[in-house]
Amino acid sequence: MTNITSTILMTVLLLNFLILGTSRLGTCIRVVALQGALISLLPPLIHGANIHSYLLAGGALILKGGLIPWLLFRAIRKVRIRREIEPRIGYISTLMLGALITASAFIFADRLPLLPEHLHSLFIPGAFSTLGAGFLMLITRRKAITQVLGYLIFENGIFIFGILLAEAMPLMVETGVLLDMLVAIFVMGIVMNHINSEFSSIDTEHLCLLKE
Amino acid sequence: MTLFAIILLPLAAALIAGLTPSERFRPWIIPAVSLMHIILVLRLLLASPVAPVDPHAMLALDALGSLILLVVSLLFTASAFYAVGYFRTHPTWSNRIFIVCLLIFLSAMSLATAARHLGLLWVAVEATTVISAPLIYFNRNRLSIEATWKYLLLCSVGIALAMLGLLFVAYAGLQSGGEQGLQFSGLLKSAGALSKPWLRSGFVFLLVGFGTKMGLAPLHTWKPDAYGEAPGLVGGLLAGGLTSVAFLAVMRVMQIMVAAGEGIMARQFLLALGILSLVFAAIFVIRQRDIKRMLAYSSIEHMGILAIGISVGKLAAYGAMFHVMNNALTKGALFMTAGNIHRYFGSKRMCETQGAINVLPWSASLFLAGFLAITGSPPFGPFISEFTILRGIFAEGNFALGIAFIFLLTVIFIGMSSTVMTVVLGPSMEGPPAEGPAETFMIVISPLLLMAVVLLLGLYQPEALCRLFQEAANLLEPLP
Repeated sequence: MTNITSTILMTVLLLNFLILGTSRLGTCIRVVALQGALISLLPPLIHGANIHSYLLAGGALILKGGLIPWLLFRAIRKVRIRREIEPRIGYISTLMLGALITASAFIFADRLPLLPEHLHSLFIPGAFSTLGAGFLMLITRRKAITQVLGYLIFENGIFIFGILLAEAMPLMVETGVLLDMLVAIFVMGIVMNHINSEFSSIDTEHLCLLKE
Repeated sequence: MTLFAIILLPLAAALIAGLTPSERFRPWIIPAVSLMHIILVLRLLLASPVAPVDPHAMLALDALGSLILLVVSLLFTASAFYAVGYFRTHPTWSNRIFIVCLLIFLSAMSLATAARHLGLLWVAVEATTVISAPLIYFNRNRLSIEATWKYLLLCSVGIALAMLGLLFVAYAGLQSGGEQGLQFSGLLKSAGALSKPWLRSGFVFLLVGFGTKMGLAPLHTWKPDAYGEAPGLVGGLLAGGLTSVAFLAVMRVMQIMVAAGEGIMARQFLLALGILSLVFAAIFVIRQRDIKRMLAYSSIEHMGILAIGISVGKLAAYGAMFHVMNNALTKGALFMTAGNIHRYFGSKRMCETQGAINVLPWSASLFLAGFLAITGSPPFGPFISEFTILRGIFAEGNFALGIAFIFLLTVIFIGMSSTVMTVVLGPSMEGPPAEGPAETFMIVISPLLLMAVVLLLGLYQPEALCRLFQEAANLLEPLP
């Protein structure tokens, strides 16, 4: 079991780099979807086969691997863009920063007062570096859609950390969390569409009218 | 049972509103629902004997929750009647999405006040973020879309950080070997045993997350934009209702920290954010030419005052509980009247809305009264509550803070007064007169009633209300 979870988490870490390095939005969405789908397999692996973990895994799989990517694809089809052009900083620098964040996540996780069973697992560093990668996307990208993807990766990081604590959350609350996320992406998609029709692009650099 | 009705009634109404074909009839659903809502809330709060909070419940009202629920319900009722008048002046605009979102918004806020599980509280607060985005975007122009995008992204990330904080708190429980649940009563009971490093870092994330929602500086950057571009009615609901709900979430976090014996650290953090909010508000409110943005900075100021109030504790915390109500009701009236002025002149900039009292006598004088109230002038309610907070600060022997508090409030008063005076009493502009919709009974009665309540609260505080404030403030103190 540990082997499988480690492989999944390792893949998730690598996917972070793939997302940070690609300029094709379609690939980006697919990779985020794959990452979401992979981490939604984790709850049954950690907590064993019970209804709670299966429902959580199923819900997350449908949402993160299916519904949300579909919404995002629909959004980019509507606004007719394929590529992220000129991020605020170059792809190479983003990748370097991503590597730095991942390394710091490993060092940081090593120093945290963890439970013995979490001490050498990839969970905590995986969660933190995914959080970091999401943040990086949010800060360094101009397009509204990549910012949404950053938010999703960020949420994935939180989800990984949350799996360790699945018992703290009743199913009802987890459903609420996932639903909230779905609606948030849905609303962001609509707003994105409006940004596009208003400015003929979804570049958030245009959003600079309100200033002090 | 009543509690379920309070949460589900607006949801059901949202469904009905969504299915109603008539644009003219639909707005009337809001006041009808809000009246039922407030009757249910009052029935629940005035029930005797008061139902004790079931320690295992997922939904229950304690004094803090009751207070915020009452505030939200009062403000929403006033806004509901205003909304009817508001849509009359925009007969051609489709209001379906707006009204559906408004009703779900009420439901989510009610859920947040009753949540006894931190996860559920989180879900409710996040739901308020998502569902209020279409409300902010109602005017459908470049400025409002920019404000909506900033609001959505900043608050979503903020709230995601709060979720991380929650998970840290849960991990603190896991590590202490005890219960790892986030059920609120259980968490309070076992708080002393929580692992301190995880709890502390969890607190920081929670404060940043819910602080973003509340609009405490330096996490306030979405606020002037969102409040500035949203319709006045929505601005009032956000500044009075949503910030109160976010404040409730912050207080829940404080309760845990106090129960875990980490109250001092938590108070210092909150105090720092509170003072910073007052400073930021003071800086930006001076020469603020946009009346709605000015109100947003005033909202940041008042969130700062609330944060300072509960960080000082005891009497000041009592004052803060009173101030939540005063702030919400006054802000509601201010945003509604600012909305009226905005619509009449087609502008919310100071230079283009001068001499409002000549053309909009009711709205302009209520705006002036609201300004006097919100800056803490007697005899309005906020004067009493701010004075109580100040007394609390001095009673704790914190003279430097007390003097800084008075100084910053004075600066803000002066800063706001120049803008408000010009808008209300200044000489009318040259050029062709603006011809917006005139004042109608429906768009004036709500702010008028709100200001009447604020005035009444300044002159006389009902005993039942004082008891509620006291009980709520007591929840923030360590148990003996």
